[in-house]
Amino acid sequence: MPKLDFDVITLGHGSGGTLTQQLLDSGVFTVLANPLLDQRHDGAIIPWAGPVAFSTDSYVVSPIFFPGGNIGELAVNGTVNDLAMCGAVPRYLSLSFIIEEGLPMTEFWEIITTIKNACARAGVAVVTGDTKVVERGKGDKIFINTTGIGTLHPKAAIGVENIRPGDVVLLSHAIAAHGMAIMSVRKGLEFESEITSDTRPLNQVIEKLLDAFGTQIHFLRDPTRGGVASVLNEIATDARVGFDIQQRLIPIEESVASACELLGLDPLYVANEGVFIAVVDAAIAHEAVALLRAETASALAVRIGHVTTEHPGQVVLTSAVGGKRVVGRLVGEQLPRIC
Amino acid sequence: MEICGGQTHSLVKNGLLGLLPDKIQMVHGPGCPVCVTPLHLIDKAVYLAEEKKVILCSFGDMIRVPGSSKSLLDAKAAGADVRVLYSPLEALKIAKENPQREVVFFAVGFETTAPANALSVVQAAHEGVLNYSILTSHVLVPPAMEAILNDTNNLVQGFLAAGHVCTIMGMGEYYPLVEKHKVPMVVTGFEPVDLLQGIAMLVKQLEHGECRLENQYTRMVNEQGNPAARETIARVFQTSDREWRGIGTIPNSGYELRNDYAAYDASKKFEVTLAKADENKACMAGEVLRGRKKPHQCSEFGTRCTPANPLGAPMVSSEGACAAYYHYAHTTKKPVTA
Repeated sequence: MPKLDFDVITLGHGSGGTLTQQLLDSGVFTVLANPLLDQRHDGAIIPWAGPVAFSTDSYVVSPIFFPGGNIGELAVNGTVNDLAMCGAVPRYLSLSFIIEEGLPMTEFWEIITTIKNACARAGVAVVTGDTKVVERGKGDKIFINTTGIGTLHPKAAIGVENIRPGDVVLLSHAIAAHGMAIMSVRKGLEFESEITSDTRPLNQVIEKLLDAFGTQIHFLRDPTRGGVASVLNEIATDARVGFDIQQRLIPIEESVASACELLGLDPLYVANEGVFIAVVDAAIAHEAVALLRAETASALAVRIGHVTTEHPGQVVLTSAVGGKRVVGRLVGEQLPRIC
Repeated sequence: MEICGGQTHSLVKNGLLGLLPDKIQMVHGPGCPVCVTPLHLIDKAVYLAEEKKVILCSFGDMIRVPGSSKSLLDAKAAGADVRVLYSPLEALKIAKENPQREVVFFAVGFETTAPANALSVVQAAHEGVLNYSILTSHVLVPPAMEAILNDTNNLVQGFLAAGHVCTIMGMGEYYPLVEKHKVPMVVTGFEPVDLLQGIAMLVKQLEHGECRLENQYTRMVNEQGNPAARETIARVFQTSDREWRGIGTIPNSGYELRNDYAAYDASKKFEVTLAKADENKACMAGEVLRGRKKPHQCSEFGTRCTPANPLGAPMVSSEGACAAYYHYAHTTKKPVTA
């Protein structure tokens, strides 16, 4: 960590004056250096040809450090993954901080170095950004916005209109880890084995999937907030189809399942940060699972169900004991139950 | 009848109702603490949070339940300090951290939550914490079963007793009920296989014309229950008549704080004068809670009454029968019949 004269971020660091310059020079530009950022212009000028995917997201997670990651990593992976779900190869990110006065410099430094590493891992570059500081009490330590652009994969045709009855629903990894990791720190709960967030970039595995199967990948979505259940409901509504899924096929770590049970939460509605759902042509489902399983990011990939013309707009789950139920949309926040 | 709302949810969530033969009809019992908490107590909690500016702590389940004008969630959105906790001991910690503020824990629940709520009071007294109190709405299972069995319209032929309640209280209270009303009971757990086994045990008794108290949930429940928990409850609480939302007052069906702990009783500590509000007349929660009606037999179900805009508590509580039907069985094409 460079010497920055201050132990904490002050209002002065957002004033646009000397302190801002000092923070950006030693705390941001040198860490994230790349030719486009080094232009140090009001914005990045990027030569481009062909279709672009464009996505933005803001990150307000509390606490900002959690088992398995921090807000910086989430901010990079989240936007990278949103671009990947469009069928794009993510290239460039913008990075904006809203920092609450008093954030320890050590924490800012840890976040910025995590961002650097996450960018390297995902193969993207931060090319423009902004830093604002708000008074103590007007924020929650640090908020981050990232916006990203990516090149559309030449073989990609991702869209709800491509979903067909008989298509197979694939899930890339074990669910609910991120939400429960956050929950465990927020509530000060300790479990026998620590639950860590699943935050990870998914763009490389998506690229491989599109390389191999192109237009036979009909739809992609990462079930972040609201979990697998909410995403499947959204797709069912938008595509005017139904989903039949099998509970026993949905992978979940035992510790995560126990934590959900203990807190009275349904893991199908708990957030993920490193999982995606793919709706694919039934003809390639088997091969697609094999391809995904060979990748660490999707090692537990599995087919969890299929698209049906029955019950359009609804997700029907067959429980582990063979009963059926509708998996509805969540109303408000999931709240812990009493007993 | 399965007593506990957790059992109702497991039945519906795992699709068990659709798997049962037509001759077995499950009637959903009153075991949803949130649902039976009287309207005026919710109003009181909202009043304490808004007017008395207390830090109002509650289990998450409770905060969405509508009072006569608003829920605790509405009060929170309007600026009241309402906090969702997992344990009353967390509320006590908040009281210690905020000595200048009054902290009230909304102590709702059956016998299951009573030990922890009692413990928070014992602990507060032991540590001399004076800015902590609890607003109790504790209800008890056996008196409610007695009320159902005494009802001349009762059609329930057998009961799945609530496994978690018996984990605390043991089985002793249920023998007299079985004896007096000649009705079979099986203490049952919450996993799908627990429920199926409990139902099978009950059906066997009925087929053989027997009425005994059996224990399906042997991995958790024994005859005595949890003596330490029972002792803590007895030290802090005494039984009292209690109003059940939608049902009415049932004699000796609740807990109130003993006089020794009156200083920790939010009902006594704070002067609250609120006009007693009327229930929404369109809501038939009482009929549902007494097992006389199924949620989908209500004309408002899924139309004027939804989890986002509930008329009554069973539609919002995670243990509520209406919520269970809405979330897991609400389908426009093939309604799940129960």
